[in-house]
Amino acid sequence: MTEEIIIAGFGGQGVLSMGKILAYSGVMQDKEVSWMPSYGPEMRGGTANVTVIISDERISSPILNAFDTAIILNQQSMDKFENSVKPGGLLIYDPNGITRHPERKDINIYTIEAAEKAGKLGLSKVFNMIVLGGFLKLKPVVGMEFIHKGLEKSLPLRHHGMIPENEKAIETGKGLITAVQLVN
Amino acid sequence: MKELRLMKGNEAFAEAAIRAGADGYFGYPITPQSEVMEYLMAQKTSERTGMIVLQAESEIAAINMVYGGASCGKRVLTSSSSPGISLKQEGISYIAGAELPCLILNVVRGGPGLGTIQPSQSDYFQSTKGGGHGDYRLIVLAPSSVQEMADFAGLGFELAFKYRNPVLILSDGAIGQMMEKVWLDVQKPRFTEEEIIKNTPWATTGKTPDRERNIITSLDLDSLKMEQHNRALQAKYRIIEQEEIRYEKFNCEDADYAFIAYGTSARICQKAIQLAAGQGINVGLMRPITLFPFPKKVVAEMTSHVKGILVVEMSAGQMVEDVQLATQGRVKVEHFGRVGGIIPSPIEVVEALKKQIIGG
Repeated sequence: MTEEIIIAGFGGQGVLSMGKILAYSGVMQDKEVSWMPSYGPEMRGGTANVTVIISDERISSPILNAFDTAIILNQQSMDKFENSVKPGGLLIYDPNGITRHPERKDINIYTIEAAEKAGKLGLSKVFNMIVLGGFLKLKPVVGMEFIHKGLEKSLPLRHHGMIPENEKAIETGKGLITAVQLVN
Repeated sequence: MKELRLMKGNEAFAEAAIRAGADGYFGYPITPQSEVMEYLMAQKTSERTGMIVLQAESEIAAINMVYGGASCGKRVLTSSSSPGISLKQEGISYIAGAELPCLILNVVRGGPGLGTIQPSQSDYFQSTKGGGHGDYRLIVLAPSSVQEMADFAGLGFELAFKYRNPVLILSDGAIGQMMEKVWLDVQKPRFTEEEIIKNTPWATTGKTPDRERNIITSLDLDSLKMEQHNRALQAKYRIIEQEEIRYEKFNCEDADYAFIAYGTSARICQKAIQLAAGQGINVGLMRPITLFPFPKKVVAEMTSHVKGILVVEMSAGQMVEDVQLATQGRVKVEHFGRVGGIIPSPIEVVEALKKQIIGG
């Protein structure tokens, strides 16, 4: 099993930390992982993205131009990464703020209204965990018990009180993911 | 027991340096390697192991603090990125001339000048051919994973003390910034003052009545003596070339073509090998781990069984010159790379192989 994922959105949406939690959970499940962020001026332009690879085998390139899954959280990222999804791959996006919806006909497309839900619950901090939940529902690349360990490892000790809230958000996300187009 | 962590390359290097028993780090911040000093500071190393971590007033000050620490037989290191490493070159030349052990990390960014903060491999010439003045060589290690960023901290100190020579770790922004799994060694104790006197009898540890003064210098105005010193340095470099070559081969048995690449480019080539196999192209990879000493013989031997070699570097073509020297024109050697902070994609690498080597 190798899952190659790009997570992309605005800086501050928790894109990098979502990737880190996923990667650390993979480590806890004894997988090979890599986490390659955009950094520097790219971030200052308002977009942040991270490539996460989770695999049973040694990972070759941590830098990719085609992905099994793209998790898209703003319009700039949609423009940049829609065409980078492998044919038959998966695109998950939050329609909040999206003005041009994906047009590919050869990929599976799901939406997750995570921003809206996080706003309603007053839990903007766990927005990214709602999105992660949606992804894990479709692709359980790591088990939930390992996600728990991943959260413990990724969050500083002073935030460990937030772990149940994060896990609840992941469960919420699993219920929010909605199919738009299925090709396989 | 080794400890498993998920870390950035910069952080893994810093943690491994502490665990290797480092006595002092002297640096000045610059992207994309600022996490090295940030991590060391956050670790409160003076409490943890007694290691000193100091932000100097400039890169030049930092490398001269390394010169001072190394003169006393201490395990000392510095880190920077390309423009900062350029500033350190005078000090590096002095340290090489005075035959002192130390560790220098370069997390390379695109140049020339201030260039960009994105990853590059355009400092190969500077690292392997002598970035400062005079006939000297650094031992140059090129990590291609976060694990190697950690491993080469310990290995670097080992080689530096074995040969009394500065060791440069030539990384790049991608390896510095990315996170991977890393197994960390157990904490090694720092050398005690008694051990330093015993292990490094040349160090300026304070004169005792039973020996002459130890003098650390790169200066000798007597040219005959300076020639002797230069010959001794060259003899040492020849031994290093005999003893310390490190490399790794992937899929090289029966391959029709080969990539030669180090660091991040080597990782991209591994993916390119998989993509090429899908198109029926059998290509392997030779990854030099030591850039000095360069695995010349390994490259020369490859010419007997591959039809062509593509050297993939994030530069306008630097290591390719060493490959051309080693192959002596026996097979086609071409360079492919992106510059200015762009990382080539695995698909681009396969296309370059097809166009420049197979079809060319």
